[in-house]
Amino acid sequence: MRKLFDFHGGVHPAQHKAESATLPIATAPLPTRLIVPMHQHIGNRAKPIVSVGERVLKGQMIGQADGYISCAVHAPTSGTVSAIEMATVPHPSGLPDLCIRIEPDGEEQWVERTPLDYTTMNPSELRNRLRDLGLAGMGGAVFPSHAKLNPGRRANVPTLILNGAECEPWITCDDLLMRERADQIVAGGKIMQHMLGASEVLIGIEDNKPEAIQAMRAACAGTDFEVIVAPTKYPSGGAKQLTKILTGKEPPAGGRSTEIGVQVFNVATVYTLARAVLHGEPVISRVITVTGNVERPHNFEALIGTPVRELVALAGTPRADTQGYIMGGPMMGFNLPSDQAPLIKATNCLIATSPKLFPAPPPALPCIRCTLCAQACPVDLQPQELYWFSRAKEFGKAQEYDLFDCIECGCCDYVCPSNIPLVQYYRFAKSEIWAREREKDKADVARDRHEFRDYRIEREKKERADKLAAKTQGPKTPAPGQPAADSKQAAIQAAIDRAKLKRAGVEPKNVADLPPEKLQEIREIEARRAQLKQAMEKPSDTL
Amino acid sequence: MAYVSNSASVSSVMLKVLFALLPATAIYQLYFGPAILVSIVLASVTAIGAEAAMLRLRKLPIKPFLLDGSALVTAWLLALSMPPLAPWWLIVIATLFAIVVAKHLYGGLGNNLFNPAMVGYAVMLISFPAHMTQWPVVDTLAHAHLSLSGTLRFIFGGELPAGMKLDALTLATPLDTLRTQLLLGRPASEITPMPVFGYVGGKGAELIALAYLAGGVYLLQQRIITWHIPVAFLATLALLAFGFHAYDAARYAAPWFHLATGGALLGAFFIATDPVTGATTPKGKLIFGAAIGALIYLIRTWGGYPDGVAFAVLILNMCVPLIDAYTQPRVFGHVKDQDKP
Repeated sequence: MRKLFDFHGGVHPAQHKAESATLPIATAPLPTRLIVPMHQHIGNRAKPIVSVGERVLKGQMIGQADGYISCAVHAPTSGTVSAIEMATVPHPSGLPDLCIRIEPDGEEQWVERTPLDYTTMNPSELRNRLRDLGLAGMGGAVFPSHAKLNPGRRANVPTLILNGAECEPWITCDDLLMRERADQIVAGGKIMQHMLGASEVLIGIEDNKPEAIQAMRAACAGTDFEVIVAPTKYPSGGAKQLTKILTGKEPPAGGRSTEIGVQVFNVATVYTLARAVLHGEPVISRVITVTGNVERPHNFEALIGTPVRELVALAGTPRADTQGYIMGGPMMGFNLPSDQAPLIKATNCLIATSPKLFPAPPPALPCIRCTLCAQACPVDLQPQELYWFSRAKEFGKAQEYDLFDCIECGCCDYVCPSNIPLVQYYRFAKSEIWAREREKDKADVARDRHEFRDYRIEREKKERADKLAAKTQGPKTPAPGQPAADSKQAAIQAAIDRAKLKRAGVEPKNVADLPPEKLQEIREIEARRAQLKQAMEKPSDTL
Repeated sequence: MAYVSNSASVSSVMLKVLFALLPATAIYQLYFGPAILVSIVLASVTAIGAEAAMLRLRKLPIKPFLLDGSALVTAWLLALSMPPLAPWWLIVIATLFAIVVAKHLYGGLGNNLFNPAMVGYAVMLISFPAHMTQWPVVDTLAHAHLSLSGTLRFIFGGELPAGMKLDALTLATPLDTLRTQLLLGRPASEITPMPVFGYVGGKGAELIALAYLAGGVYLLQQRIITWHIPVAFLATLALLAFGFHAYDAARYAAPWFHLATGGALLGAFFIATDPVTGATTPKGKLIFGAAIGALIYLIRTWGGYPDGVAFAVLILNMCVPLIDAYTQPRVFGHVKDQDKP
């Protein structure tokens, strides 16, 4: 029996999992139209590569990954692109984003699917294919998976964790997926194990999912995978928390879990990876829990881009007292701005809310420093202090008290007797700090530009004086007043050289883990940039 | 933002604190007469009135703040800390000072630096020392008994029934007796058999202390308070008392005496644990509690006042920001030398 570790804090909210976990996963019928957002993942928005009126096939790439941290988007079914437009997407801001609208033709005609031979493929090529198949974390963070499957400078990542904890109340999609498709998850785990060179594969599942545990254990028979049952406690499904539970190690703050030799993937991601590699299928559908104030809470396998309204209608006629829909769980999810918003890769759950199920909290009272929040915080922060600093806009202090280690799990909100929406304060503080940093960057750029402008004016003045001198006194005689200009020029040049040296001394740190071909690309860009810069800074050579 | 919440609210927290005080109040009334009930009612009415007036002056919503119950807790704790058989204005002024000055002038619920009940108590102790040392004698030792109507007449009119003297109703507290007798040069072993003393502490009072302990255990079980402050508080007090008692038993009272008398248990479980004015980090709570325990021993043994809970708590209230700042726990993932494979 493996020794399990505990993390500080955590809460035990009412689970509400039984409602949706009784029925098997149903396949949602083809919706009347599909709205596919281009920005479903963390990183750069995908670039549309189809045009309005074009016929697309099921699984055809319609949005291309833009950069390394980005991933592709595909047509969920065959049909016609009817619009490429800004439309409502599932985001708490309610701001529209670029989407491709597809009118399905009902034929479900697939593109050619080619399984990938992952054992013989070049690892970098394999990762690029995964990016082009739209693989991103399905647990909610939607980080592009190919980037996480890169062992980087390390030869390998010894521990691979498959996250089946599913600790948020109400959600059962991972539970059902593990019950019904355990073999595919194990197959996906093997591919990941190969890609990371992992020596152990641990599957963490909370003890409130006995059927999933049994199914996963059966599927793991004959492999070296280990299914580990963790006690039910929110947020044990947080990647960092699960890592701590299973290995006793804490992923470094602000760093990656690979630094301690661990990588974590949600089981739904592992499943989509198996579909992608073994069947050549891009991510065009997912399993989603539809629950809450609906007649028949249920899990559906639905196409990405299905409007929320059509999806919830599958769980029965909407009830009159339904107020709205939470995407995700009640701890970390958010209220959808509209039921027109589509299902995206991150949508693991839709909860129809009613005043009865989710009563509005009473008005907030002042913080009484009871520290129930600190006792519940899984990161061992002092939420009451962070609240105070965020509220007083003492952002420096908030950062000093590790605001950016907050995972926004909502445990503090859950226990607060004063009903203070603490996480909202932290989000506000974080976004203010980011905004200020952006302002500072802008100011820095403006200052650089201003300095260069001064330098250019000075240079042009000197050039004019030189020309004038050459005209009036012949080429050999130095102009009067030249030495003064020269010394000024020399001082400017010296300052520029110093700045250059300083800049050269600062190594960019974010490229450390990139594959060699990326580094080569970066080097080429840098060389071109250096050439350009040289041309700009030494104009006398070109004149 | 979480859409769900456990059912805790400020009022439920405060109600549980009041509930935890019930057994001690009952025993108090049983052994020392109905004066304590009068005192609690007086303090509560004054506190609610003052709270409502201050909320109105500060243009804050009255209903949610009145219902939070924090004023009632302050009133109740104050009544239990003050001598009950005293003129009505003593507890009224103390309560007014606690609610108006110590609480609302410092910003109201959640913002006050000092424990309001202890501010009220300390102000009265300094201003009216004579009244503040008039403690009722335990029933079993009393030469006269006051009925409820007699108690009311005394508290509001200062009249005692004909032929009854105040001396017959009040007596120095065990802590006071010990202090004065020690000063007279008598050894502790001769003092503690005196009638005012019970098995380990004051007669009757030690049972109240036991009831406070029971209330405290209930609060711990309900997770209203954490163990850190009471344990550090009582352990430090007991340890110091034990050390000195072992050194010279004739001059220094036994540790169980210190734990069972005065405000030790009330202070440890109900007063030092006030969340608003106490330390918040686990380590900070230990330091906070331990320092209070130590200060109480110092004040009781060498200071000018018979008990030191109020002053010890107020002094440590001042140190809370400093304690908290230096005792921040290690945040998840902030590890210096974790094994890197």
